[in-house]
Amino acid sequence: MISTKEHILEAIRKNKPQGTQYPYPVIPSFPKSSKDIVEEFKENLILNAGTCFTINSIEEGENKIKELHPQAKVICSSAIEFPGNKDLSKVTDPHQLDDVDVGIIRAEFGVSENGMVWLTEKGMMVTSLGFLSQHLIILLKPQDIVRDMYEAYSRINLNDNNYGCFMLGPSATADIGAVMVRGAQGARSLSVFFM
Amino acid sequence: MKKKIVNIEKNSADFINQDNIHEKEHDKNLWNARVKRDRIAQSIPEWEELKELASKIKEHTLSHLDEYVSTFAENASKRGAVVHWARDAQEHNEIVYNILQERKVTEIIKSKSMLQEECEMTSFLESKGIEVTESDLGERIQQLSHQPPAHIVMPAIEKTTEDIAQLFAKTIGTDPNDTDPHSLNEAMRNNARPKFLRAGAGMTGANFAIAETGTFVVCTNEGNADIGAAVPPLHIASIGIEKIIPKVEDLGIFIRLLSRSALGTPATQYTSHFTGPRKNGELHIIITDNGRSTRLGMEDFWTSLKCIRCGACMNTCPVYRRSGGLSYESTYSGPIGIILSPTFDLEKYKELPYHSTLCGSCSDVCPVKIDISNQIYKWRKLVVDKGYMPSNRKYALKAAGAVLGHPHLFRTTEAFAEKALPIVPDFLIYSSLNPWTQERKMFSMAKNTFRDWYIKNRKEKNDKY
Ligand code: SF4
Repeated sequence: MISTKEHILEAIRKNKPQGTQYPYPVIPSFPKSSKDIVEEFKENLILNAGTCFTINSIEEGENKIKELHPQAKVICSSAIEFPGNKDLSKVTDPHQLDDVDVGIIRAEFGVSENGMVWLTEKGMMVTSLGFLSQHLIILLKPQDIVRDMYEAYSRINLNDNNYGCFMLGPSATADIGAVMVRGAQGARSLSVFFM
Repeated sequence: MKKKIVNIEKNSADFINQDNIHEKEHDKNLWNARVKRDRIAQSIPEWEELKELASKIKEHTLSHLDEYVSTFAENASKRGAVVHWARDAQEHNEIVYNILQERKVTEIIKSKSMLQEECEMTSFLESKGIEVTESDLGERIQQLSHQPPAHIVMPAIEKTTEDIAQLFAKTIGTDPNDTDPHSLNEAMRNNARPKFLRAGAGMTGANFAIAETGTFVVCTNEGNADIGAAVPPLHIASIGIEKIIPKVEDLGIFIRLLSRSALGTPATQYTSHFTGPRKNGELHIIITDNGRSTRLGMEDFWTSLKCIRCGACMNTCPVYRRSGGLSYESTYSGPIGIILSPTFDLEKYKELPYHSTLCGSCSDVCPVKIDISNQIYKWRKLVVDKGYMPSNRKYALKAAGAVLGHPHLFRTTEAFAEKALPIVPDFLIYSSLNPWTQERKMFSMAKNTFRDWYIKNRKEKNDKY
């Protein structure tokens, strides 16, 4: 008896359009925006409800976190710059991050075309940090910004990580009366610290 | 038993006639998405080139699909995913159930997957005693209403804020007078979170699956797919064979097109890449055919498999915008639904191809250049060839005409004259291929219905119908 897999592949083989009239296209390089790359990134981040700050020292960063999230009780970080008050290295089960008010993660890079940041499993340590935290602070070096999605994908090696995510501002929905609401299920706010 | 034939004309009339609010709101909201799409598409100089490339990549992949599907499966297994194969909905659902049962999972959360909808997976699992919670807000609204999604991107777009306030008051105990979308969202966030934390498995679909690396990509705005993948120990993904693309590089093109076409945003808030199971987690992938390989063999319709489910064709369709998505009574509604549904069951969906003006607006906005309106026309021919034509169907546009001939539309058209462009059927404006475009006097259509006009002007050409 042939396997289901073989069965499906055989059906595809039999039915697929035959011949060579569908070659893989040549992908040209497209013109790039000439705007200042950091400014373009900021613009798009803000358009997508993110905020950003230039941070010059750890202390300045800590003050900014307090200022942005004065009520925060649990701060958990996978970035070495800010230890937070919940030790991520002790977390063995993703559910344990249910109480996190502020999650801090370093992005590998940003994309100026749309304001996205690239977060990975390695960078988050426990991936639920990126999704159960009520608020996110993303650290990003301004020199780690690429122009567009073509550059973004040429920079990523998907085999380096089991999970990677382009995140664009906070969680959003427009499912109720087509009104934009932030903080649908994931983070309610997302701030990028340039540092 | 007599076969159920979807009576889309009646269903649409019911939607339109329920009150003076729903149709208008629906039309307005979808039109807004279309306007935003145009704006952002125009901001990308290479937009048309991207569409052409996306179309070519998809055609190439589909014509070599056996190789790419195998490569994807191989690479995904190498990375530690368990790959399953399902020929049809039944097999798909049983695989899911077996995985859950072996691990004694009784509660799951899922993010939206049209393939799982197609398989009617939720009702299957519920019949086996498994509690299924939709994590996407719109989809959860539909679930609490016991309705399927009405739109592939905006599942609850048919409902007004007041409808949702009533629904939440009944189902999760909010104040029925509270119609603030923010506080309604907050209430649902708080209601859903404990379920997310309790779930034994998270289920997702996939927007793209990359042969080169065995990665699949899921795009959401709420991050709900990510919660499902990051929190429970088990992640099961249902992937239709047509989701495959060859290389990582291709994503640069598809990600740029998807959300811009769908909602006019530069991307979805979350574009997540899964290449293997989470640390201490388990990942299962169910590669599913469910009619796709058969569709691949249909000379006239195989390119419908290029669809990336952006919903742009629905947002722009003058008929869909007025009739609502549920009136199609099929997993896929709107223009794309009209060409997909008959491939599942032509007799049941024989009325659907008439629910279109053939204006071509859908084909114009499609980011992968599916000739949707041509395919709709071809389905009409097939309906006739198969002898499914109802005797009372005298002209091609009966269903569409019933929607567009609704008094409300014409009243509004008259009242707003030229400003009414957004609610005048788009073929007046958008289709260069369309002979109707040349008829500028169409603006006077309020005097004689579009139907009459159509019959008078087009009947000779379409005599057969
Ligand atoms: S047919 Fe084209 S426009 Fe319609 S949902 Fe599919 S990709 Fe989008």
